[in-house]
Amino acid sequence: MNRIVAKEHFSENVVQLVVEAPEVAKARRPGHFVIVRCGEGGERIPLTISEADVKKGTISLVIQAVGVSTRKICALEPEEFLTALVGPLGKPTAIGRRDGTVLCCGGGVGIAPLLPIVQGMKEAGNRVVTVLAARTKDLIILEDQIRRWSDDVIVMTDDGSSGRKGLVTAGVEEVLNREDVAEVVAIGPAVMMKFVALLTKQYNVPTICSLNTIMVDGTGMCGACRVNVGGKMRFVCVDGPKFDAHQVDFDEMIMRMKAYDPQK
Amino acid sequence: MNTMKETIDEGRNASWREALRAAMPAKERTAIPRAEMPMLPADYRIHSNAEVNQGLSAEQAVLEATRCLDCPNPTCMEGCPVSIHIPDFIKEIQRGRNDLAARVLRTTSALPAVCGRVCPQEKQCESRCIYHKMGKAPVAIGYLERFAADAELAERRMHASEETASDARAEGATANAAPRKGIKVAVAGSGPAGLSFAGSMAQMGYDVEVFEALHEVGGVLKYGIPEFRLPNSIVDAELDALRLAGVHFHTDTVIGKTLSYDDLRNAGFQGIFVASGAGLPRFMGIPGENYCGVLSSNEYLTRINLMGAGQPGSDTPAPLGRTVAVIGGGNTAMDSVRTALRMGAEKAMIIYRRSEAEMPARVEEIEHAKQEGVEFVTMANPVEYLADERGRVRAVRVQRMKAGEPDASGRPRPVPIEGAIDEIAIDLAIVSVGVSPNPLIPDNFDGLDVSSRGTIMVNDDMQSSIPMIFAGGDIVRGGATVILAMGDGRHAAAAMDRYLSGNE
Repeated sequence: MNRIVAKEHFSENVVQLVVEAPEVAKARRPGHFVIVRCGEGGERIPLTISEADVKKGTISLVIQAVGVSTRKICALEPEEFLTALVGPLGKPTAIGRRDGTVLCCGGGVGIAPLLPIVQGMKEAGNRVVTVLAARTKDLIILEDQIRRWSDDVIVMTDDGSSGRKGLVTAGVEEVLNREDVAEVVAIGPAVMMKFVALLTKQYNVPTICSLNTIMVDGTGMCGACRVNVGGKMRFVCVDGPKFDAHQVDFDEMIMRMKAYDPQK
Repeated sequence: MNTMKETIDEGRNASWREALRAAMPAKERTAIPRAEMPMLPADYRIHSNAEVNQGLSAEQAVLEATRCLDCPNPTCMEGCPVSIHIPDFIKEIQRGRNDLAARVLRTTSALPAVCGRVCPQEKQCESRCIYHKMGKAPVAIGYLERFAADAELAERRMHASEETASDARAEGATANAAPRKGIKVAVAGSGPAGLSFAGSMAQMGYDVEVFEALHEVGGVLKYGIPEFRLPNSIVDAELDALRLAGVHFHTDTVIGKTLSYDDLRNAGFQGIFVASGAGLPRFMGIPGENYCGVLSSNEYLTRINLMGAGQPGSDTPAPLGRTVAVIGGGNTAMDSVRTALRMGAEKAMIIYRRSEAEMPARVEEIEHAKQEGVEFVTMANPVEYLADERGRVRAVRVQRMKAGEPDASGRPRPVPIEGAIDEIAIDLAIVSVGVSPNPLIPDNFDGLDVSSRGTIMVNDDMQSSIPMIFAGGDIVRGGATVILAMGDGRHAAAAMDRYLSGNE
């Protein structure tokens, strides 16, 4: 049982929960995720950690209500409890000094797991440029925190309600053209990561992505999260969630994300 | 210390045992037919999760125990990976002392009610029974083990309801356990190896804390083996017994992730037993294996057994199929295919590349599957899955095989029959072709020697390259049975006790 200590609505369907989990707060690194369960019959849901406070023993999770389980989690209020939380899981993202700009791009709730990477890359002494993208203004989350750790931020919305009107790739391409980018980090919906990867491949810039596939146990047991990376079967929960975006078969991943759709 | 032979003789020479042997001539005993396990009818049970085998009645058990000839050289014990004192417990049943029979079992096995249900007895103890030499069916050692263990659990349940829990705990602490040593040991994983280790160490007076990654304790006994073969109530009763003996359980804790090796040492643990089990499911690497509706048996069984998918109140989606193919011939494959029937499949089949005789599954599971209407497609190896336009599996293409020369395992090597490829229409495929060791601990403990297969390397004492860390079960063996994992747990407990007592 993990107590909710604070809650913030980022938009109608996107919520940030600050949750008590002292051991996880201490052990987590950028890129790690947790599995949570809400209710006795609750599904095991993977969520990436966006922030952690070791002193307070808390971690922050950003959740978008899309299905039965995420709606239940989003409905939790402070002083209520998650039934279970386990982690930190996955391999942490390699943070370090790069020989050129680190270009981070986050789409929708993917901005949350991007935040610790933006922060880590900045603290490691890099020039960090961040492109935030979403359908509309309300879905651009954590903009202030991202700005704090970025040298420059470009906001892209489909409807032009914030920043510039256009797709994430327009912002990414602008940065690729104007400065020497050493690495791109892309986190967001699979289709967004797919198109960022296609673009950066043309520019030959190393790109990592963070995948959020279907999982059950999250500890390397069930194989539900398997993806094809460079022709090899890899498991997001133990081999990932970060992979070389140029090697990931996004079309297959997008197909597999719908495996249980008819029942939901 | 007595030798095994001396221990056997001591039990056998007891006057009551001599009297039992004298009471009926061997010829009469061997004329008794082997007990038949009462079971639920197949047409009923495919609509139910109830345990198929109902257990022997007391009369059946005594009669079956009478069949045992109490051999001076009980070869059955050599067939048992943990050398259970088989005639000792069987003769206790025969004279009506089920409590003592259970006590005999407990000296070598932490989970007798589990082993009585899931051990492949026909390949172990029962395969070595003297009755084979007479051309007769062996003594039903497995049925009797289950009988004695169940009798003990029933007794304990009755006892527990008469007392308050705290009384029982106080009594448990004083009656069952050795003096406390004040030494903390940690166990990673709560499956058969971890539980067996925990039970032994608690008995010796160690403070044992078991860390489980999932939200339920029990490992494969909970997420893997279905209710109809091993009811959760049986596992829970065994867990209660361990709690009573002082073992503490922590769920939702991944050793190597939530708590590191250093965290455990800083928390004062002086020994660590790694029993993190088999992890990554294996796939065959054939085209179409990532289509929707193709999944591992681990995923399928975990969703249904652990997460309750398909049952009211569960949020986890269930993979449902009208025509289900399970690839493989082991116990997990049988568990999966029989689960599929219970989840409403109209047709469920096993696809296996060798013949039925070579299937690794327990004979009883194969028989039960057949009774329930499972189809067996043998000498057939999947080569490709086909899907509809949405990426959902609609068929499997199988290569027909014939028996070739014996391979390294001594079984005929299956050889493809050229051009003999058939398409079988399915809408769910469950791949059950084995697992690789869980990578979490090998990846996260620096200095731990790991084999090329990903298993933790240990010496004869189950001790790893880090002296305070011992390991056993599937993380060492790569993929074995409940009983071997339990044997490792006991073995490692004895060795860790020597290590911690400075008697190396």
